Amino acid sequence: MPRLDMTVPELSERALYVRRDIVALLARSQSGHSGGPLSSADFGTVLFFREMNVNPARLDDPARDLWHFSIGHVTPVIYSLMGERGYFPLTDLLQFRQFSGHLQGHPSKHDTRGIEVSSGSLGQGLSVACGMALGARMDGLPRRVYCVMGDGEQQEGQIWEAAMFAAHYKLDNLCAVIDYNRKQIDGDVQDVMGIAPLADKWRSFNWHVIDVDGHDIGAIVSAFEEARATKGKPSVLLARTVMGKGVSFMEDDYKWHGVPPSRDQAEQALREMGTSLEEWTARLESHTEPKVAPGPRRVS
Amino acid sequence: MSGLTPPAAPAAPAAPSLAKPEMKRTREGFGHGLVDLGQSRPEVVVLVGDLSGSTNVSFFAEKFPDRFIQVGVAEQNMMCVAAGLAAVGKIPFLATYGAFASCRSADQIRVTVAYTDLPVKIGGAHGGISVGPDGATHQAMEEISIIRSIPNMKMIVPCDYWETRKATVAAADDPHPNYIRFGREPVPVVTGADTPFAIGKANQLRDGTDVAIIACGVMVYEALVAAQELESRGIGARVINMHTLKPLDVAAIQRAARECGAIVTAEEHQIHGGLGGAVAEAVVQSAPVPMELVAVQDRFGRSGKQEELMAAFGIKAPDVVRAVERVLARKRAR
Repeated sequence: MPRLDMTVPELSERALYVRRDIVALLARSQSGHSGGPLSSADFGTVLFFREMNVNPARLDDPARDLWHFSIGHVTPVIYSLMGERGYFPLTDLLQFRQFSGHLQGHPSKHDTRGIEVSSGSLGQGLSVACGMALGARMDGLPRRVYCVMGDGEQQEGQIWEAAMFAAHYKLDNLCAVIDYNRKQIDGDVQDVMGIAPLADKWRSFNWHVIDVDGHDIGAIVSAFEEARATKGKPSVLLARTVMGKGVSFMEDDYKWHGVPPSRDQAEQALREMGTSLEEWTARLESHTEPKVAPGPRRVS
Repeated sequence: MSGLTPPAAPAAPAAPSLAKPEMKRTREGFGHGLVDLGQSRPEVVVLVGDLSGSTNVSFFAEKFPDRFIQVGVAEQNMMCVAAGLAAVGKIPFLATYGAFASCRSADQIRVTVAYTDLPVKIGGAHGGISVGPDGATHQAMEEISIIRSIPNMKMIVPCDYWETRKATVAAADDPHPNYIRFGREPVPVVTGADTPFAIGKANQLRDGTDVAIIACGVMVYEALVAAQELESRGIGARVINMHTLKPLDVAAIQRAARECGAIVTAEEHQIHGGLGGAVAEAVVQSAPVPMELVAVQDRFGRSGKQEELMAAFGIKAPDVVRAVERVLARKRAR
């Protein structure tokens, strides 16, 4: 089952699970980032449960699509997506950032099966994705490469070296996604170091730019389809998102970039998302086989 | 062959190759090694940051244009593009000047290449003061120190054309990241096409038990010249070509320490964290003996000719001889 082809309602429900996972694992680890993982949950879910041809049971499949999170700090969403998709049991999420677990604070190929390339230093991932896309083309393979970046990360110079490279080599098998939540660790992106006009920048670098509501699942599905249909140039989704999306007291507040919720805050967040910390932790604990995670038993 | 077999008797005449050595560029060894690989390894690809001619990857580009990737003046991007290529099964060799390969891309090497342990092969051209007229910015003298400190990295500093060519070919067989350092100007050829080469295994070029001179890169030739001079004074110097700085051939160093009782290191690199430091780390942990380090003394380079710069920065054969005199005095005083 390489591509899952989930429908929009199915994807929406799965994205909700991912958000619950993020809050529950952060409540356990008491260390890690909340804001970016929650803003990335919707397009991340579309990637893993519809767009990408990946098969966790065959990690060395030479035809698999490749994904790389240049923003390594959003591991809560990466690991949730991997667990939900069957790369490893969801119970592993409860060992996030723990010495005894395999889920490092930032993605590590040699600790976590399925991570293609380690990341954690901002600005490097798009270049990695360029190399993957060029290598795939040299081998005549139809695989696609997906790279997730942050908007604050656009301040790194290397991003623009890679942007130039991808357009120069017309890497139309490369699709970048920018989690455009307008916040970074020190504040609003426009106050820290302005990146606007971002769409114009990418267009001027000869990319196909798709401006999309990063929380509209149907629109995200269409955006990836548009990217796949675009030939002769790489595509970038400017996914307009809200930091901390789905948790009322985190939304649009930069202070949630790099901190986890307390246990009480997590309880409140999970109640807002229709579950409880106890219930959701129990779901994670009970998922001990690496396979696509089932939905929870319905409550009320 | 190099003609460097140790003389049968102390009075034997010097090997002719030392007095008037064949001069050849190590970067040509890199370029020719890549061509060798182009023919034998289809998964080898070559990237360059706008320096095809001066790194000699142009040799590969002419023969294998479909596997040659021009990256432009963007070394950080090049390092990570190479990593991406390695992640999908290629064996990428990249070339730029060592100053940019090691310092400018250090974080890319550390996080993306080395932490992921991808078989990226970094060709660092223009290593050392011998680069000459370009001056300090282009005379890379920190690479050993930087690369050696990063886990999973291997660091190779070949001594001449043939060794660079062999190191390049050998690197392709190693499933881990490597850094190969080579220079700009022609340097003496002291090995031959048949001289054995294995990453991590030092080559002893000359035996002796009074002192061991452990050298890398162009300093191997200077060490041989120094050993010849020392021999005329009745001092038997062992010369070890430590072409691999990491993993270090600790056994060869321990043997030299035990059998010679004194060590001089010689490198065309900053004194901090280079060959001398690496050898000292091995020596102090097993068989402490007096050591002297011939290296650039924590200074930036400057413009000039290769020979005058090496003399001015204290890394010619006479400097090695003086270091041997100092270390032998300390050995006797023990």
